[in-house]
Amino acid sequence: MNQMEPKTFGSNQEMQDAEKNFLHRRHQRARLAQSVFQLTTLLAVIFLAALLVTVVNKSMGYVVVENKVDPSTLSDRPLSELNNTELAQILRENLRKNRVRTLERAGFLEDQSQSTLVQLVETEIIQPEVVESYNLFPSLIKRSKIKADAASTYPNAKVEFRYWLNGTFLTNSMASQPELAGVRSALLGSLQLILITILTAFPIGVGAAIYLEEYASHKSRINRLIQTNIDNLAGVPSIVYGILGLALFVRALQPFTSGALFGVDGQNGRTILSAGLTMALLILPILIINAQEAIRSVPDSLRQASYGLGATRWQTIWHHVLPGAMPGILTGTILAISRAIGETAPLIVVGASTFITSDPTGPFSSFTALPIQIYNWTTRPQPAFQHIAAAAILVLLIALLSLNAAAILLRNRFAKRV
Amino acid sequence: MENTARITGKRTATAWKKPVSYNLQKKTRPTEAIIQAFLLFCGVVSILTTLGIVLELGKEAWLFFGDPEISVISFLTGTEWQPKIGKFGVLPLLNSTLITSVIAIVVALPLGIATAMFLSEYASPKMRSILKPILEVLAGVPTVVYGYFALTFMTPLLRGIFGSQNVDVYNMASAGLVMGIMILPLISSMSEDALSAVPRSLREAAYGLGATRLETALQVVLPAALSGIIAAFIIGVSRAVGETMIVAIAAGSGPNFTFNPFNAAETMTGYIARISGGDLSYNTPDYNSIFAIGLLLFLVTFGLNILSRAISRRFREVYE
Repeated sequence: MNQMEPKTFGSNQEMQDAEKNFLHRRHQRARLAQSVFQLTTLLAVIFLAALLVTVVNKSMGYVVVENKVDPSTLSDRPLSELNNTELAQILRENLRKNRVRTLERAGFLEDQSQSTLVQLVETEIIQPEVVESYNLFPSLIKRSKIKADAASTYPNAKVEFRYWLNGTFLTNSMASQPELAGVRSALLGSLQLILITILTAFPIGVGAAIYLEEYASHKSRINRLIQTNIDNLAGVPSIVYGILGLALFVRALQPFTSGALFGVDGQNGRTILSAGLTMALLILPILIINAQEAIRSVPDSLRQASYGLGATRWQTIWHHVLPGAMPGILTGTILAISRAIGETAPLIVVGASTFITSDPTGPFSSFTALPIQIYNWTTRPQPAFQHIAAAAILVLLIALLSLNAAAILLRNRFAKRV
Repeated sequence: MENTARITGKRTATAWKKPVSYNLQKKTRPTEAIIQAFLLFCGVVSILTTLGIVLELGKEAWLFFGDPEISVISFLTGTEWQPKIGKFGVLPLLNSTLITSVIAIVVALPLGIATAMFLSEYASPKMRSILKPILEVLAGVPTVVYGYFALTFMTPLLRGIFGSQNVDVYNMASAGLVMGIMILPLISSMSEDALSAVPRSLREAAYGLGATRLETALQVVLPAALSGIIAAFIIGVSRAVGETMIVAIAAGSGPNFTFNPFNAAETMTGYIARISGGDLSYNTPDYNSIFAIGLLLFLVTFGLNILSRAISRRFREVYE
């Protein structure tokens, strides 16, 4: 820079210095701003990391478990090694007669599988209770202190490292004790809900997109209205859809959504069907917008060629436009579904139950869903529920991530083909 | 087939004399018409949805305001929300909605614009390909998970910084801050789209005049993209106003007319979630009140969305 400058005279020296200073300051400011921008972007990454770390931190760690009855007093061998007769014997000896009778209503204790009996012994007699639980980081850093504390406060208790997200968590249903509660019924509820949502939203959404892209003239007023309306509906808060679902599906269409029309003995309209339809309305705008984009990306030459060979409009769409647009449509659908899986607010309003211990039996049964279960556990005061909420969040996030990965794979495959 | 054969194959005199008459009228195709009607119906479903929202919410809200003790004016100006004693003033709920939304926007807007600025003006393509998916993941996290994050991370953090005697267990600040994190990817991706749409020639002209990168970004690119950024801001506000799960989990339950963000106060959406979460019997003031609040919420967010669209269309700088 200095060499480029023309020779100067003494009187101008000051001015040049000032100019150089000015330039220097400008560059300094530019560098400063760049690092500020960089830092804020980094902040987004930090937020995501903090969120994940919080969840993982809560989802495993040491627990202090106290048994109501010591398993060694029941038998001198571990429970899993006992056979059915011995387990049934233990149950009969330790439970009140009434309870045994209730348990035997479905059949003799001896006839049930060994794992069921072990589970029964655990829940009915041993009744392990988590009296103290720690997060992952304290568990790693202060292991010896935790063990010493536990030994002094709860002399009969056992300290063990627990992954709250484990096999029994996935296969157990909701229970009032956090140690025994699981997400089975919530997972099944979410699955059936999403199935209904897809079955309704996909045909309607793709149909609407086809209509808007292939049939509608962009000048007609009704078509412009439909388009604007879809764009605006995409921004309506999800809880408003919930209120609509409550008024429309749960209440006004109760004979249909409770299954009374089909001879099913439904109590009310707060069913999987109502929730699925509400969710379908919620994701429709997103689905339509994505499908429109996919259809728009199919080159016009394909359509012209098809028309030129004498195909009708629908033949052209069905045989040429849709196959070309399908990967894009599917990607958009997957993204819309991943939105629906995590939606909680409309389900609360439509009336998901939070305490369901049995599997949902079909579209007309009352239900719970994964996000509802997370919400319910999060709002409970006992710390152990925070841990299973974290475990349920991990299940939800893993499901969402795999869906998104599927969408990305689909998109890449599509991108290669064209 | 027969016709073609007659024309091309056997060009007999008779065939020339007696030309086959063709029906050149458009063939009626009932299936095509049925399909088109079905597709039109699919398109109309969205209109029906909007109508359904307006009518159902309006109907129940009408019932709510039909109660002689409740008037629209006392609903909009009352400072007490206590359905038990028949006081339905929406201001406490509205107030906490505004406070949480303002906190969220104060967090999300500067961070979002700065992130967009970095991604569109500074980042190398490789860096973008790493950062964009991270923002997408942040945008895809369900709101109930953000609620959990607010309660188990942000609230203890705030209580640690400001003292647990000053900060309630449930407070608006925690919910608002986490809501800001939630909206951040939305604002940054919309702003980035707006910034990227500004033509390269403008930047090059600024560089040619000796502007630094920052001066180009702030004084040339940003003004050109302003309409898009304002649209992003408005959509962000609308998202914050309608957000339910974070406030339902972290902001507390129970209407509270307070301006202190460290206090617990229920928002409009939080109230709807709490009331409808319990066993709700139809045609009670409680039941009808969620429709009145829902209608208010719908009108506000729908209006904001339309405004955002209008601004981005009206004030868009069109190049070429």
